[in-house]
Amino acid sequence: MPTTLQIQVRRGDVVVLVGTMKGAFLFRAGPDRARFEMGGPYFPGHSVYALAHDGRAGRQRVWAAASSMHWGSVLNHSDDFGASWTTPEVPTVQFPKGGKALAGIWQISPGRADEPDVIYCGVEPAALFESRDAGKSFQLVEGLWQHPHREQWQPGGGGLCMHTVLPDPKVRGRMVVAISTGGVYRTDDGGRTWAARNKGVRAEFLPDKHPEFGQCVHKIARHPSRPERMYLQNHWGLYRSDDAGDSWKDVAHGVPSDFGFCMAVHPHDPETAYIVPLESDGFRCTPEGKLRVFRTRDGGGSWQPLGEGLPQRDAFETVLRDAMGTDQEQRAGIYFGTRSGKLFASRDDGDSWTALATGLPPVVCVRAARV
Amino acid sequence: MTVTFQLPGFLRTFAGGAREVRLDVPGRTVEDALRALAERHPGVSSRVLDEQGAVRRHVNVFVGDLSIRDTGGLETPLRDGSTISLLAAVSGG
Repeated sequence: MPTTLQIQVRRGDVVVLVGTMKGAFLFRAGPDRARFEMGGPYFPGHSVYALAHDGRAGRQRVWAAASSMHWGSVLNHSDDFGASWTTPEVPTVQFPKGGKALAGIWQISPGRADEPDVIYCGVEPAALFESRDAGKSFQLVEGLWQHPHREQWQPGGGGLCMHTVLPDPKVRGRMVVAISTGGVYRTDDGGRTWAARNKGVRAEFLPDKHPEFGQCVHKIARHPSRPERMYLQNHWGLYRSDDAGDSWKDVAHGVPSDFGFCMAVHPHDPETAYIVPLESDGFRCTPEGKLRVFRTRDGGGSWQPLGEGLPQRDAFETVLRDAMGTDQEQRAGIYFGTRSGKLFASRDDGDSWTALATGLPPVVCVRAARV
Repeated sequence: MTVTFQLPGFLRTFAGGAREVRLDVPGRTVEDALRALAERHPGVSSRVLDEQGAVRRHVNVFVGDLSIRDTGGLETPLRDGSTISLLAAVSGG
């Protein structure tokens, strides 16, 4: 096994969590974000599709869902930024007896700030798990699992996964999840009942282009201080909702393609969002051989390409659904990784970019936080 | 009946570093032996079997030199002194 590099994270650092198909990596920089150093690989040989930082209740905890093709998927955590990891002897995220078997964990979502022991996991096959004891144990959210639509959800290319879990920071009991392919679902009663929330989102691959559910949503990003504002990157289609998902409006204005996977919202400006368009579902690479992030500053009214510091020639890259994240700085740090193992960072809202790494395994998850 | 499990490197982490685990098994089948292993080392058995009790797709279980996929699966009978090898399949990417 490879030697794992360790990093010393100090209070005030910015930490970037990077999940790849062959392990996890942590990058740290001081408050100026001028120079990052890398730790890892952690869980070498395991795919790490979900990572999260949980800074609630005085914690500095990193969660990592490590999945072995052979030995299954396990949710691990570290309270010292990777110097040591706690791995449960028996996996904590498991379906009840007599049901399905866990295929993978796609999303780790710490709950609301005023519920610091609540954590959610979105998994494959598409289901939601909830912990109310800070991750010591998880229970299947039966309200969604028993939904009459569930038997008709179909796996996308990555499997039938719940890849987005967004507890509402303001409206208690409200949460939005997204499933590929099933679409968007919302609960307003803490998970007991769920309703499809796909009005306006098209399903290009079905005879009925606007079904109640069955859309192949790739990612939803939501602004923390205005949670009813969400952006959605679809399998063909780019949308915005201003009513917590009750309706979606097409905002693909001036993008080279409305196909893509990742999506992020600026931490302080709900009008600003980021995507990386891909040419098509038939050629899932950046158009024209240019790696460009597209940013809107007017809620999707228009999108501008950002390429300063990014390769603009022979760059046929793919950025997957969870491979983009932001920190919470006023001048936001935007981070993304490519399927070819390059990791890029901007510390100026996306105006310019630098490469933090160029030889990682395929990047599938990027998260960032000031600790 | 006594059987011996042979563990690959990754699984030894969950058995205190042991290469082999000898167990007295109250029963006659591989499933009985895995149940006994779960009581002694749940971290090993939960990585060989999924939560529904099925052998994970990319794990191979051998009794002697024979894969249980060809000998009756978890119902494969054991004899006193059987050796059970738990191995990762060659699959990977």
